[in-house]
Amino acid sequence: MMFEGLPPAAIYLLGALLVSLLRGRARQVVALAVPVAAFINFFLITEGVHWTLPFLDFELILGRADRWSLIFLNIFTILSFIGILYVIKDNRAIDLAAGLLYAGSAMGVIMAGDLITLFLFWEMLTLGAVLCILARGTPESGKAAYRYLMVHVFGGVVLLAGLFIHLANGGSVAFDQIELAGLGAWLIFLGFGINCAWPVLGAWLTDTYPEASFGGVVFMATYTTKTAVYVLARCFPGESTLIWIGLAMATIPLFYAAIANDLRRILAYCLINQVGFMVISVGLGTELSLNGTAAHAYCHLLYKALLFMAIGSVIYRTGKSKATELGGLYRSMPWTCLFCCIGAISISFPFFCGFVSKSIIMSSAASAGQSAVWLALLFASAGVFLQAGLRVPFFAFFSHDAGIRCEEAPRNQLLAMGITAILCVVIGTFPQAFLYKMLPNPEATYQPYTVAHVTDQYALLFFSALAFVLLIRSGLHPAEIRSTNLDTDWVYRRGGRVIYAFFDILLNGLNRVAKAAFVDTFIKRLSRFLQHGPARLLVMIQYPFWSLSGLEGEALKDKRADFYEQTRLGAFPIGLTAFLAVLLLAILFIF
Amino acid sequence: MESKPPNQDTSAGWFEQKENIRRVLLGLFAGCALLIGIDVAYWISGYDKHPYFKWETWPGFYAVYGFVACVVLVLASKLVLRPLVMRDEQYYDSRKKGGHDV
Repeated sequence: MMFEGLPPAAIYLLGALLVSLLRGRARQVVALAVPVAAFINFFLITEGVHWTLPFLDFELILGRADRWSLIFLNIFTILSFIGILYVIKDNRAIDLAAGLLYAGSAMGVIMAGDLITLFLFWEMLTLGAVLCILARGTPESGKAAYRYLMVHVFGGVVLLAGLFIHLANGGSVAFDQIELAGLGAWLIFLGFGINCAWPVLGAWLTDTYPEASFGGVVFMATYTTKTAVYVLARCFPGESTLIWIGLAMATIPLFYAAIANDLRRILAYCLINQVGFMVISVGLGTELSLNGTAAHAYCHLLYKALLFMAIGSVIYRTGKSKATELGGLYRSMPWTCLFCCIGAISISFPFFCGFVSKSIIMSSAASAGQSAVWLALLFASAGVFLQAGLRVPFFAFFSHDAGIRCEEAPRNQLLAMGITAILCVVIGTFPQAFLYKMLPNPEATYQPYTVAHVTDQYALLFFSALAFVLLIRSGLHPAEIRSTNLDTDWVYRRGGRVIYAFFDILLNGLNRVAKAAFVDTFIKRLSRFLQHGPARLLVMIQYPFWSLSGLEGEALKDKRADFYEQTRLGAFPIGLTAFLAVLLLAILFIF
Repeated sequence: MESKPPNQDTSAGWFEQKENIRRVLLGLFAGCALLIGIDVAYWISGYDKHPYFKWETWPGFYAVYGFVACVVLVLASKLVLRPLVMRDEQYYDSRKKGGHDV
C-alpha cells in the first residue's frame, strides 16, 4: 500500500508541543519546519478516506480527502507557513505554539469525516485563538481573551447540544449534508453560525480581533471564520436562509467600518463583509456558486492576511493602530506600505486574486436570477474597497504626517508579506493555472477575464475612489474619532451590568420588603406573643376563679397584676412549679 | 534595512507636496473619464457585454453605482449610525456603576 501521508492535525499538534518545550534557535527551526513538512505531506494525501480510529460505537475519521477538503487544506497550510514566518523573529513560545495549535485544529476540522471528530477539533480552535489574543500581553487583551472564550464556549455548547439531539433522533454521525429541520439541525446550524460571525452572533469578531497580538490576528483571520464557511458548505449547501444571512453580513458591517477608528477593527468588519459573500454563495448552492465559496475563501485568506500583516507590522514598530494616531508612514515603512497597497487592491482589482474569486459569486447570483442580491453584492464590493482598500492604507501610510519616524518592518515580516503579495498577483493574473483547477466542482467552469468585465470593474472601483477623494476633500467624510461604537457585544459587556442592576433592585428590594415584614414586624409580634400570650391566657383562665373566691375591686386588680408578672417572667413559687411539673409528668405518663 | 536608523527627516515627503497630490488626483480623474468614455463607446458601437441584467448595458452604470454606493455608505454611517451607536472610547472600561466588566 502507498504511504498516504499523516493527518495534518497530528503534524501541527506535535509541532505545537515541541515548540513549547524547545528553546532558542531549535524552536524557530522546528516551528518553520512544521508547515514545510505539512506542505510536503499535503502532496502525499490522495483522495479517499484515511486514518480512522474506533471510538465507543463510532469510527472517527481523521482524513476525508476530497476536492473540498484539499483546497482548504492547501491554503491553510500555505498560510500557516506565512503566519509562522511572520512571527518567527521574536521567538516567543506562545506565538509559535498558538499558531501551530490553531492551524492544526482548523485542519482537523477540514479533514474530519464525522461530526464527533469535527466537534473535538472545533473546540481546540477556540484554544488557539485565545492564546493568540493572550500573546499580546496587555490587560485589555486578557479581558478580550476571556470574552472570546465565553462566546465560543457558548457556541460550542450550542453545537454539542445540536449534535446530541441530531444523533438521538437517529441522525447520521457522518459529516455530510444535513437537512435544516428539527431542533438538532438548527442548533448545529447556529453553532456554526457563531463561529462564522453571523449578524447579532458575530460581534465577538470585531470586538476581539483588534486586541490580539500583532501576529496572532493573522491566524485568527485565517482559521475560525473560514473553517465555519467550510462546515456550512458541507452541511447546508443550498439552504436559502444563508442567502439572507450572508447579505446582512456583506452590507451592515461596512457601515460600522466607516465609523471605526482602529485600523484592525476596520479590517475585521471588512472580513465579515467578505465572509458574507461566501455565505451567500453557500446559500445559492449551485455548482458554480460553491466553486465561488472555495475560491473566494482561498483568495480572501491571502489578501486579508496580507492586510492584517501590514497593519501588524505598523503595530510592531509604532505600537499604534488607530487612524487618529497614524499617518505618513510610507516614508518610514515603504515596503510595508507597498504590501498593504497590494493587499488593498487584491480585494477587487482585475489581475489580483480577489477579483477572480468574487466574480464567480457575483456571476452565480446573477445566473440564479437574484437581482436584488446581485445589486447588494455590487454595493458591498464598492463599499469594501472604500473601507479596507482605501481608508486603511490611506490613514496608516498617507493622510497627514503624524510625525512618526520608525524602522521598516523586520525582514521576516517583509518576506512573509512579500510571498503573500506575489501569491495575490499570480493567482489573480493566472487563475486557471492552479486555483480554478482545485475547485470542488471542476465541471462548472468560469472565465473572469472578458474585456467588458474588466472595464466595468475598473469603472466601479475608480468611481468609488473618486467618491472617497471628493468626500475627504469636501470635509463630508466622517472625521476619525476615538470612540467605542455599540454592537451586540454590548449584551455581554454591559448587559451584564444591566442584569446586575436589575437583580440588585429586584432581589435587594425583595430583601428589604421581607426584612420589614418578617424581621421587623413578625418577629417582634411573635416575641411579644410568646412573652405575654401565655400570661394573658392564664390570667383569663384564673380570673373567673378569683372572682368566685370573692376577690373584688383593688384586691382583684392587684392579684391579677402580680399573677400576670409572675407568669410573664415564669417566676412561680417553687411549690407551684413543682406541682405543674408533676402534672405534666402525669399527663405524659397517662398518654 | 534593520541596521539603518529611523529616518528623522521631517521635511514634506513626496505625498505631502501640493503638486504631487494634484498629479495623483489628475490621474484619478483622467482614469474616471477614460472609463466612462469606454463605456459610452460600448454603448454606441453596440458591443455585446454578455450582461446578466439589462442595466449592465446602460452607459456609466457601474461608475454611477460605485460612486453613489460609496457616498450613501459614508453619509449613512456618519449621519445615522454614528449618532446612534457612538460612545466614549472608555465606555466599556468605566466602572462608575459598579459591577465587573470583562
